[in-house]
Amino acid sequence: MPELPRDSVGVVTPQTAHFDDPLDLACGRTLQAYDLVYETYGTLNAERSNAVLICHALSGHHHAAGYHDADERKPGWWDAHIGPGKSIDTDRFFVVSLNNLGGCHGSTGPISRNPESGRQWGPDFPMMTVGDWVHSQARLADRLGIERFAAVIGGSLGGMQVLQWALAYPERIANAGVIAATPKLSAQNIAFNEVARQAIRSDPDFHDGWYAEHGKVPRRGLKLARMVGHITYLSEDAMGHKFGRDLRSDDFNFGYDVEFQVESYLRYQGDTFSNSFDANTYLLMTKALDYFDPAAVHGGDLARALAPAECPFLVVSFTTDWRFPPSRSRELVDALMRAGKAVSYANIDSTHGHDAFLMPEPRYQAVFAAFMSRIARDLGLEDRP
Amino acid sequence: MKRADLTLIHDWIPEGAHILDLACGDGTLLAALARDKNVSGYGLEIDPDGITACIARGVNVIEQNLDEGLANFDDDACDLVVMTQALQALRRPDRMLDEMLRVAGEAIITFPNFAYWRHRVHLGIRGYMPVSKSLPHAWYDTPNIHLSTFNDFEQLCRDKGLIIVDREVGIGDHEGHWTSRLWPNLFGEIAIFRVSRG
Repeated sequence: MPELPRDSVGVVTPQTAHFDDPLDLACGRTLQAYDLVYETYGTLNAERSNAVLICHALSGHHHAAGYHDADERKPGWWDAHIGPGKSIDTDRFFVVSLNNLGGCHGSTGPISRNPESGRQWGPDFPMMTVGDWVHSQARLADRLGIERFAAVIGGSLGGMQVLQWALAYPERIANAGVIAATPKLSAQNIAFNEVARQAIRSDPDFHDGWYAEHGKVPRRGLKLARMVGHITYLSEDAMGHKFGRDLRSDDFNFGYDVEFQVESYLRYQGDTFSNSFDANTYLLMTKALDYFDPAAVHGGDLARALAPAECPFLVVSFTTDWRFPPSRSRELVDALMRAGKAVSYANIDSTHGHDAFLMPEPRYQAVFAAFMSRIARDLGLEDRP
Repeated sequence: MKRADLTLIHDWIPEGAHILDLACGDGTLLAALARDKNVSGYGLEIDPDGITACIARGVNVIEQNLDEGLANFDDDACDLVVMTQALQALRRPDRMLDEMLRVAGEAIITFPNFAYWRHRVHLGIRGYMPVSKSLPHAWYDTPNIHLSTFNDFEQLCRDKGLIIVDREVGIGDHEGHWTSRLWPNLFGEIAIFRVSRG
């Protein structure tokens, strides 16, 4: 059995919380009952004051750190930042990471059985919003006996959930970490999402979302969606450095098979994704991204929308992120300052584009660790539980 | 707080003020003001280590290049703007002064006085660009691209119709010595000004 790194949370086992109290959704429908699958790392202290909630991004899930078994090849998606001695130090904090409703990794979603019809939910699963997710996350917190999170932290779509937490449950969040996010999608962001959705929906195997009942998977559509998405996650520089114009063989083949390394990479990413992710979940998650805009009900005035927030914010962006570029984080930061809220902002130099939020980068880690250690100090968590 | 200019500024800032600290460094001033005088506000900084230090001590810090202006702040966004030892490193100090007194009615500014007698000795007698405690860099790698004197700054304030509320000198250990009070442009190493809109 291979040995796990010493700064890993080690082998973790997902848990499932079942909820019977109906959840009213923004779309007007109600989920009568649902499951949330989650993982925890570290120990909840006696005062229950050291809990940190991690919110996942578009294709994320509950497995944020550690390994499901000692043979697992790759650790959880945010393992670079969660673990003993890491930015989110599990010797101090109790970390909760869940799979959002509508997901395809264990929480109730399109691949779950609809108790009313007896069929799989499929495309009939209700449309979710960031607000709905946060509502369900608060119920999970209730279940775990966490009245107030020391911090709620997330990147990308996860950062939007953090923002929503600060607005919907200001008394339950002591600090907010909003990383590589935006207060709302731009027309270009929505356009990319729509291309991804059309790729899936126009796949002949999609069957209006009932592909499972036809024994099919809209693989080509999902693959295309992921390929488009992946381009927006990387920077031009990162792609250039990684692949340049490198060819797989010595010369052109004058055909449409894979020739350039970047083609090979994108196809591989697309294939892997299409074998592991549910198409209806992908569609639903992109819509949740599109819908998020807390300023909309305040006539577009973000500062006014932020009025309910009480906690200090850390906002982080990355220089080469062109999906949610630094200017979008600045928009949030400026509105927070205008609203008189406590906020710090760092724009991290990175070549990795949007994906930088997932990676270890010395300055990113320094900023993140400084934020978390200040929280630990404020909450008197210096002595490890 | 050891730096003479920071101690003085600390005394000048009223209880409970909402301030902006431009080029706030590691957040020493804002942290002390929050602790002692219930002052709130934001620091602006571009140095990564300074930003990390601010975040670690719980000072609100925004990564922002001052040469790009303060357009993201409304008119009268705060009570007071502070800028210590940074004016001389900006591309257009005159425009920054306008911006500072747009976002607040009052500004506190400190900068190294180029007419300090030691600097004069360096340049006027020895014929070298001055290097001192307040101007520690060599001519080729200095960030200080717009050096000025007490007289220059007062002239600029007059031209802009600004009111000089206070003027002090900081000369490190000898702060407040009678010679520097009488002849600040000659004996003051650090110029400290409090100005307000005319």
